[in-house]
Amino acid sequence: MLKLEPRGAPSQAWTLGSPVLALLVTVLIGVLLLSSLGKDPLAGLRMFFWEPINGLDAISELLIKATPLLLIALGLAVCFRSNVWNIGAEGQYVMGAIAGGGVALLATEDSSQWIVVAILCAGAMGGMVWAALVAFLRDRFNANEILTSLMLVYVAVQLLSYLVFGPWKDPHGFNFPQTKTFEDATMIPRLFEGSRVNIGFALALLAVGAVWVFLYRTYAGFAQAVGGMAPAAARFAGFSARKTLWIALLISGGAAGLAGALEVAGPIGQLTPYVPAGYGFAAIIVAFVGRLHPVGMVFSAVLMSMFYIGGELAQSRLGLPKSITGVFQGLLLFTLLACDTLIAYRLVRRRTEV
Amino acid sequence: MGLPRLSLQGITKRYPSVVANDAVHLRVEPGQIHAVLGENGAGKSTLMKIIYGAVQPDAGTVEFNGREVRIRNPQEARAMGIAMVFQHFSLFDTLTVAENVWLGMDRGTSLEQVTSQISETAAVYGLELDPQRPVHTLSVGEMQRVEIIRALLTRPQLLILDEPTSVLTPQAVDKLFVVLRQLASEGCSILYISHKLHEIRSLCDACTVMRGGRVTGQCDPRKETIGTLSHLMIGSEPPQVHVGAREPGDTMLEVKHLSLVREDQFGVDLHDVSLAVRAGEVLGIAGVSGNGQGELLRVLSGEDVRASAGCVQLEGVDVSAAGPAARRTRGLHFVPEERLGRGAVPALSLALNLLLTRSESVSRGFLKPAALAQQAAGIIQKFGVKAGGPQALAQSLSGGNLQKFIVGREIDAQPRVLIVSQPTWGVDVGAAAQIRGAIMALRDAGCAVLVVSEELDELMELSDRIVVMAKGRISPSMARAQADASKIGLWMSGLWEDSHVEA
Repeated sequence: MLKLEPRGAPSQAWTLGSPVLALLVTVLIGVLLLSSLGKDPLAGLRMFFWEPINGLDAISELLIKATPLLLIALGLAVCFRSNVWNIGAEGQYVMGAIAGGGVALLATEDSSQWIVVAILCAGAMGGMVWAALVAFLRDRFNANEILTSLMLVYVAVQLLSYLVFGPWKDPHGFNFPQTKTFEDATMIPRLFEGSRVNIGFALALLAVGAVWVFLYRTYAGFAQAVGGMAPAAARFAGFSARKTLWIALLISGGAAGLAGALEVAGPIGQLTPYVPAGYGFAAIIVAFVGRLHPVGMVFSAVLMSMFYIGGELAQSRLGLPKSITGVFQGLLLFTLLACDTLIAYRLVRRRTEV
Repeated sequence: MGLPRLSLQGITKRYPSVVANDAVHLRVEPGQIHAVLGENGAGKSTLMKIIYGAVQPDAGTVEFNGREVRIRNPQEARAMGIAMVFQHFSLFDTLTVAENVWLGMDRGTSLEQVTSQISETAAVYGLELDPQRPVHTLSVGEMQRVEIIRALLTRPQLLILDEPTSVLTPQAVDKLFVVLRQLASEGCSILYISHKLHEIRSLCDACTVMRGGRVTGQCDPRKETIGTLSHLMIGSEPPQVHVGAREPGDTMLEVKHLSLVREDQFGVDLHDVSLAVRAGEVLGIAGVSGNGQGELLRVLSGEDVRASAGCVQLEGVDVSAAGPAARRTRGLHFVPEERLGRGAVPALSLALNLLLTRSESVSRGFLKPAALAQQAAGIIQKFGVKAGGPQALAQSLSGGNLQKFIVGREIDAQPRVLIVSQPTWGVDVGAAAQIRGAIMALRDAGCAVLVVSEELDELMELSDRIVVMAKGRISPSMARAQADASKIGLWMSGLWEDSHVEA
């Protein structure tokens, strides 16, 4: 008979091993799922784990998808480490897209390339404002940030719909709910010729370094972590709980807003009702699978991006439903939480007592 | 004598990192008051939990009244006639005494029956208690009476008491002993867990001493001295702290007419609290926990800044509105009673825990990891902290070692005023002596020290002056020479106004 026994100290090995085991279990369940649907499981796995990295084009698509996931997850990691539960990154992402898109719409044929800087700043500001609403409600009225941030997602999505169905609708767009295609000057510059990967990816990697330094090498980052781990110790040390709340939400809102602006001024090129693609929610999984560690999240963002692309391929090539992506994402988080049990507990074989 | 009431043979219990009980033998006779003596972490609590069925031993046998038994859970223990009064009460504040007792009983008894049973039992043992009173209006001593009566209603043959006197005034302790002696005379065996030697000598007629999970001795405590008992418990005589008289200097920390409404629903309001600590003296605050000490300390440390202007002064400067960091730069350091979660972050290394109150290794907002590790290593060495090094997690240290690190962290900052709450709570005797020694050295160096403690012996040893805190008020101070346990005990009930008028 197997039994769980508490460990003396959390296992370092399983802190890293748990995501790997969770991925294996997810794949295993995926195989069972695919075969029960009457599909060839190997072909399915190929869609998810081989096709997305097969060739330079595939890899650049993978990185394009990973960029917003990584940026949003980095911000969320700061939040979660500070014990601030921002679930509404999707809304902050949409507000960043609206703000960035709004600036992009102002561009004319003569605009300089530097308008991109304004677009990205506007995007980050848009996300920050949306997150600041959450911080204000929590600070002033002690409203639960899980609820307010989540509900503000729907407000942001409706606001986007209003704009693209109403005032910002392209007059020459055959009445489709979308803005005009942005001017060429607003396009986020690409990193290399011949690849769609743009400077957003470089920004995300820079952000990895910045968040790592902030969390592990600055006094302010230390104060955030203490506020998250032991509020009484933070109060004892004199770290302000209000400051922790505001910093966490402004950073994560800014990161999500930046991701939104990068997305609309990059791969999408206009505002449509399909801007909210669930990146804000998927990034929560990215953050946890990456152990809230900046470097770990690079790997989990790429993995999650594989699920997105694999899900699309499985849809077009194997005729699987669209929800297969969500199933895989959910499975991964679910199995990770289960595997995390092994960090604090060990499995022991127990002799049955006579 | 015939069959023993309880007999344990070769009880062993292993936990992943520690052997809590190692081949423990224990024999309790009917009607015996049997002490289990040992330091914190000696394995007393684990042993009691095994007897009460809350923990299963890995090896060994338990015999109750001569029959080998396997006690699988506390319900079975109670059915057999074993009752336990825990150190921490499990009472609902908003319910009455009778309702609380009724909750823990088998179905089929009515509230009226329980009420009359409580009154009868209370009368038999002289435990004054009104069954109709809501628990939140009771004093700590009265709450303990509720727990004892609850235990007695099950008609136990063996009653286990875990550190019962840690929350009582000296007078209440005497009353408790009368009840326990009466119970024993009726044939009920009592297992009395404590680390207070003089209590064991005056109450118990047998004693089993534990150290590091093993039984290190069995004796008749009435025939032993404090010194010999202590030798059995810690393997050496308790080191003495030498206290020389010293002329105090200027007033460093002053509290003037501080009144404050509680922040927490179950807290205590502070009423017109005034006190002053001078350079080179130790002021001790005695009193049972939960009489406003926590609230007062939060105001003094700056964690609570709601006090009116002028109420808290550091060297004549009003700091009532200053936060903890601002007060630290003025030289006021504080050691809170909760080590894990307040004084230190459990999941962070000792080096990072330095940053809670020290900023020498921070430059322009950036941490200097190497300097930080070196600073932590210095404190670990200087204060003899047993730890894996600066990168050891705070939660991996024993209570005593973590306390040495935290006290060391604050003393190393060369404070002008040091506030210490419960300096030696849950700390082994050796570490406690070391911590007290460090506090005295700081006082001799001219620091103003405020010590809050529940241990009267500790305060008598450390303090130049003692005040008593009761019900959110502070008594007048008395010099150590004039202080005695019975007077302090009386004051702990909040009765100093009367005695003051008479004097």
